[in-house]
Amino acid sequence: MEYFVQQLINGLTLGSIYGLIAIGYTMVYGIIGMINFAHGDVFMIGAFIALAMFLILTTVFGFVFLPVVLLIVLIVAMIFTSAWGWTVERLAYRPLRGSFRLAPLITAIGMSIVLQNFVQITQGARVKPLPPQIQGGITLMEGGANSISVQLSYMQIIIILTTIVLMAGFTLLITRTSLGRAQRACEQDRKMAALLGINVDRTISLTFVMGAALAAVAGLMFLLLYGVIDFYIGFLAGVKAFTAAVLGGIGSLPGAMLGGLLIGLIEVFWSGYFSVEYKDVAAFSILAIVLIFLPSGLLGQPEVEKV
Amino acid sequence: MSEQKNPLLSVRGVETYYGNIVALRGVDMDVHRGEIVTMIGANGAGKSTLMMTICGDPRARNGQIVYDGVDITQMPTHEIVSLGIAQSPEGRRIFPRMTVMENLQMGAALVDPEFFDEDLAKVFKLFPRLKERISQRGGTLSGGEQQMLAIARALMSRPKLLLLDEPSLGLAPLIVKQIFDAIRELNEKEGLTVFLVEQNAFHALKLAHRGYVMVNGNVTMSGTGAELLKKEEVRAAYLEGGRH
Repeated sequence: MEYFVQQLINGLTLGSIYGLIAIGYTMVYGIIGMINFAHGDVFMIGAFIALAMFLILTTVFGFVFLPVVLLIVLIVAMIFTSAWGWTVERLAYRPLRGSFRLAPLITAIGMSIVLQNFVQITQGARVKPLPPQIQGGITLMEGGANSISVQLSYMQIIIILTTIVLMAGFTLLITRTSLGRAQRACEQDRKMAALLGINVDRTISLTFVMGAALAAVAGLMFLLLYGVIDFYIGFLAGVKAFTAAVLGGIGSLPGAMLGGLLIGLIEVFWSGYFSVEYKDVAAFSILAIVLIFLPSGLLGQPEVEKV
Repeated sequence: MSEQKNPLLSVRGVETYYGNIVALRGVDMDVHRGEIVTMIGANGAGKSTLMMTICGDPRARNGQIVYDGVDITQMPTHEIVSLGIAQSPEGRRIFPRMTVMENLQMGAALVDPEFFDEDLAKVFKLFPRLKERISQRGGTLSGGEQQMLAIARALMSRPKLLLLDEPSLGLAPLIVKQIFDAIRELNEKEGLTVFLVEQNAFHALKLAHRGYVMVNGNVTMSGTGAELLKKEEVRAAYLEGGRH
């Protein structure tokens, strides 16, 4: 029982990170019908910028108060990834809009390779460590003779809470504000949105910016949770988050979060009860099985419209 | 009215292509302030293309479109409509996964929010049915309701020029009458300028002050609604033997 609860907590933590990245995939897909394969690498540079900023602030400027340091690190990482998301959309995707569907997909893979190699060359291929910054936690269940004690670390609390707050804020943004309405309008009928005075290009740019900002949050959390990053983390995390978005129903915001949590849980439980080596196989197999029975994902809406 | 000096909308020699296929072959027409002008013509004549070309999508390859003294030929769509043109387009294009309310909010995207309640009350007075459907999704409305919503959404932007593309298409005669009455009321009471594209020539010409006939991308005839209704060519091609 204790083991199960511990794995559940670990799974939810990992799933939160996947979910935050998955939102970027699902929003971009929703609005322009394209899988932004460079998104996982935006998460990776988010983590690298966070690490660099952290070291600059603590060693060069000698900041010691951790919450302030982390807040500055987060903001800087979000600004950088947002600018990157905007630039990539402007340079690599927008000129190809209206071209054949595979074209932006190919440039997306190109952007991903560029980013990975850039970081590999400038930062080196070795893993970068960051000593644990937020330690300690709460013991939920004391271990007995034949069971372990369940730990909920402060880091896990921070990750889960941040994710809940961001999700709530994001849902409000999409459902209640005029920007969110404009985004949904562009999703459903870009031509009509333009006829109502919506600047479609700007709305699409903002979607990339939002997705990239959330990826930076995920990058910082990943850095703090695992303490090691390298230029390749974006690839696997990106594929997992993409899987999460498809599992939840691509285009659906709650679906992305649900998919993220499920992928996190599947991975952690599989590693905990069966074997670590096959955790990715488990996650992808479940995706395949779900898609056979629910082709549009768990919360995706099949297109049923009255014409 | 056609003697007025500066028309609200003036289209001169406009040619539009889809790839290499020519859709408009040099269209000239005017819409003056306070008028209802209609463009009638058969399927595929280019009426909807003209409507969309006015809004910049597709863009005219040659010719000039001037609205309210501003050359809008090369402007992006969202800037053209921000000058006070609203369109209820072909196929209605209701946002299917948004509620009626959200569709109307989208219509008011460019308007100062302080006018929203007032404008909402106005369109509900015009189309009371929409009020009953306020939280229903656009995609679940009937065809007539969708048409009302498309017009209401266009009106929410407080347009000076309303472009209506086949508002009668696929609707029961009673609903067509409701919609045409609403258009007349808007024109008479609020002085709204309307440009109406229709296949339903009889109703459209009866409603409009002036009309144009489009054949194969060219404007072939023009005149007042009453004049066109009397013309033998118009009667033969668009009225007699039709659905009236």
